[in-house]
Amino acid sequence: MAKTHVTTTINGDEVEFLCENDQTLLDVLRDELHMNGTKEGCATGDCGACSVTVDGRLVCSCLMLGVEVDGKSVATIEGMAEGSELHPLQRKFLEHAALQCGICTPGFLVAAKSLLERNADPSETQIRYWLAGNLCRCTGYDKIVRAVMDAAAEMRGEAA
Amino acid sequence: MQYATPDTIDAAVGLLAGAAGNARVLAGGTDLLVQMRSGMLAPDLIVDIKYISETRAITPEAGGFRIGAAVAGAELTEHPDVKNVWPGVVESVDLIGSTQIQGRASMGGNLCNASPAADSVPAMIAAGMVAKVAGPGGVREVPVEEICTAPGQTSLAKGEFVVSFFLPARPAHSGDAYLRFIPRTEMDIAVVGAGVSLTLDESGTCTAARVAVGAVAPTVLLVPDGIAALIGSKVDDEALDKLAAAARAVCNPINDKRGTIEYRIKVAGVLAQRAAKIALERARNN
Repeated sequence: MAKTHVTTTINGDEVEFLCENDQTLLDVLRDELHMNGTKEGCATGDCGACSVTVDGRLVCSCLMLGVEVDGKSVATIEGMAEGSELHPLQRKFLEHAALQCGICTPGFLVAAKSLLERNADPSETQIRYWLAGNLCRCTGYDKIVRAVMDAAAEMRGEAA
Repeated sequence: MQYATPDTIDAAVGLLAGAAGNARVLAGGTDLLVQMRSGMLAPDLIVDIKYISETRAITPEAGGFRIGAAVAGAELTEHPDVKNVWPGVVESVDLIGSTQIQGRASMGGNLCNASPAADSVPAMIAAGMVAKVAGPGGVREVPVEEICTAPGQTSLAKGEFVVSFFLPARPAHSGDAYLRFIPRTEMDIAVVGAGVSLTLDESGTCTAARVAVGAVAPTVLLVPDGIAALIGSKVDDEALDKLAAAARAVCNPINDKRGTIEYRIKVAGVLAQRAAKIALERARNN
């Protein structure tokens, strides 16, 4: 079957790809573009491991077709660090040991970044609700929530 | 599988009506892609309706709002006006799934997926929302309660799709609310849901009401005897007890891992009462 040609922006760069119409955005990112930072967990929208933003909106890339991002702007975990300079959220996840196996981590980071772009000073409850669609089977969540609160404080210019 | 992005209603209807095989409408895709992945569905054609501007817009209309069928939950929640006028409708949509799901899931999809447990549907029915259905025969306005006919089944004919919804103007001294019961605080499917909308006169007597319960029958149900119990009352304990009894009387639920038949019936009455109390409080405050 003929593939569809899609032109999109990923992490600020214009990208063109060919994909099958029924391929998910997640499969396009991983299998066609070899951007393996975005993870597949459940593939049913329950776990959040595949979180990306499309036109600034947090979504599960497993629940979106690749052809749907034509003309849109996608942001993935690969765009989070600036060169070798980690994003404050990434650094705080390391400092707080907010990850163990790491499969859920890109999704948590993308989701947390999306929260802090909307709310620079979220409460613990707001963080827990925002991240309710990201599942982690290792950490028990508490260190993740602490890391997000600490990163938010640093990004607001407050001493930790 | 073909993927089409029509930018007019007529073009979408033409594609859906002319499809040789299995055609599906794509709005947010949060149910459709899961069904495709699981092998439940293998569409030959997907018609993405999001390029039709009406499906993506929230606009004032006749004192109320027109809400596109593919407007994402997060877009509805962030709208500056709708939640002030119809908080129950917006809260019901906001209960659907996670932040990620809210970025895509829509009222049109929640309705047309035709799950008995769809969170937005009891609130939509309580609010008296009307679906604008386009099809080969033109456009028809269909009350939301007439769309779903059985789990996974709708009254839409081949070639038809929901373009948008009309959310009516809300009279003074009116309020609405939606409550659902789930065994945890987030990310679950309703065991029971109840939506109530009511209007009071200057003396506090209820002059209009709509009550709907979800997840307790094959489709979301209006509760006519509960509505009758509220209208003409002061929404006092006596009326609320009649409402609870009426909500329980319409239930025809299944037993499953989330709730037994007996439990769902009991909870339907409790939630209808609690939602009515919230709607009453809201009605008194505007």
